[in-house]
Amino acid sequence: MSLTRHDVESIAYLARLSLSDAELPAYVDSLSKILHLVEQLNAADTADVEPMAHPLADQVQRLRDDVVTEEDRREKYQRNAPAVEAGLYLVPKVIE
Amino acid sequence: MTELHHHTLAELAAGLRARRFSSVELTKHFLERIERFNPDLNAFITVTAERALEAAEAADRQLAAGEGSPLLGVPIAHKDIFCTDGVLTTCASRMLSNFVSPYDATVVERLSQAGAVSLGKTNMDEFAMGSSNETSWYGPVKNPWDPTKVPGGSSGGSAAAVAARVVPAATGTDTGGSIRQPAALTGLTGLKPTYGRVSRYGMIAFASSLDQAGTLTQTAEDAALLLSVMAGFDPRDSTSVEAPVPDYLAALDQPLQGLKIGVVKEFFDEGLDEQSAALVREALKQYEKLGARLIEVSLPNLPLSVPAYYVVAPAECSSNLARFDGVRFGYRCENPVDLLDMYTRSRGEGFGPEVKRRIMTGTYVLSAGYYDAYYLKAQKVRRLIADDFAKAFTEVDVLMGPTTPAPAFDIGAQGDDPIKMYLNDIYTIGANLAGLPAMSIPCGFVGHLPVGLQIIGPHFAEAKLLNVAHGYQRETDWHKRIPRGYE
Repeated sequence: MSLTRHDVESIAYLARLSLSDAELPAYVDSLSKILHLVEQLNAADTADVEPMAHPLADQVQRLRDDVVTEEDRREKYQRNAPAVEAGLYLVPKVIE
Repeated sequence: MTELHHHTLAELAAGLRARRFSSVELTKHFLERIERFNPDLNAFITVTAERALEAAEAADRQLAAGEGSPLLGVPIAHKDIFCTDGVLTTCASRMLSNFVSPYDATVVERLSQAGAVSLGKTNMDEFAMGSSNETSWYGPVKNPWDPTKVPGGSSGGSAAAVAARVVPAATGTDTGGSIRQPAALTGLTGLKPTYGRVSRYGMIAFASSLDQAGTLTQTAEDAALLLSVMAGFDPRDSTSVEAPVPDYLAALDQPLQGLKIGVVKEFFDEGLDEQSAALVREALKQYEKLGARLIEVSLPNLPLSVPAYYVVAPAECSSNLARFDGVRFGYRCENPVDLLDMYTRSRGEGFGPEVKRRIMTGTYVLSAGYYDAYYLKAQKVRRLIADDFAKAFTEVDVLMGPTTPAPAFDIGAQGDDPIKMYLNDIYTIGANLAGLPAMSIPCGFVGHLPVGLQIIGPHFAEAKLLNVAHGYQRETDWHKRIPRGYE
């Protein structure tokens, strides 16, 4: 199927991506092409086929004991933050 | 005269033990080569010379005391997708262009504990999304065999670096072919292990049900050496497999007499370059001479692997890359007016066009009303493809075919058509969808450009794959060729 400019704008909003007006037409075109490629999947008969989420059939997700295993490394981690103050991450005002 | 960079990783490791040269000498030699050739190749994003020399000195002290693992003192490089404590780790994205990792990936930690000396971090497609290394924020990597050609991707920097012998071996990751395709395009041995064989901890996530770490080396023996250290259970990766790691080196020399090779019919259908096909058939004949039997097999759902992949991988990517929000790490836009503006502009400016395209594809196929038609459908087709492989492995030991449809293409040739680029991985994606181990080894040249033979095995058959690759490399010398200008 082909997407419209409006479709791509709403996908970009859902994905929290700002796109310039100049960028939009190229995405409308390439995303439509990708969906067209993906539509080949309709040719496969998948009645009674279980969806496969994990490539190894008999693996189960492990659980671990609910105990603290990580030490506090907040200071080190916050060195990568764009803005911090008093150990807190700063973001634009959320509540007026 | 044989120079240090003419040696394989295994030969260098033996030379270090015999004290024919020191780790510091080796490290300096390769650092000098990086300095000389990297401005043209653009294979490295970060070179960690000082750290490397310190590690080499420590290795030499241990070697003098007769201690340590087989990798002690050998230089390697890591794809810039592996978090490295205290070192810039960018994933070739503007988004992480200021990210100094606060911890080591398990792959980095294990190789470093084994004494391997990391020279730096290699260039790649942004967030490992690409097949040409052209999506990197740090610019394209050149193919050492021809600077007008791409080295493949996404592990293109690792491939170019090893092919040019500016480092003897490097790590990579493979989500849809990102180790095997660049290995094929640069004349290297590329190994993608079974899903879950090597820990994904600290490996920046693209598509978590497909991502797997592996190696780009000159030989299968070198791949065995590295995998022996990299493989194994890691509680920090929830899909790491709890299974013993076999002795990959011990299995290398087993005879190939009686090996049953499945020749995948669909790999030779239209779309495959004729000269590449002829070289792959020549390699199959060589295996017959070594005592193997060729059996034609069909994987009827394989042609659907590209469409299935371009639902599953973008879906997982859109979810994984949601973490880049400009709050805790990574790029933040200038002067955001509110939270939404900060999210959308940080992401819009921080990600490149291909990454944005995949995030949006994933967002769309997971969105309300489309989930069943796209995502669930693709997961069902994924099972059909995996079942085809499983059936084939009841009849044969390994599968073989080409790694890529054609040798390396021109930088810029595939322009703005994503589909054309996606089809580069048409032969490699199947193994990722099914979680299978697979390799590419060099099997000849079209003109001056290398061609790869792909070998795919059942789950956890890395030892068999390495044995099969090594058997061929004992009889051929394609893997010993060095591109002109880098001898």
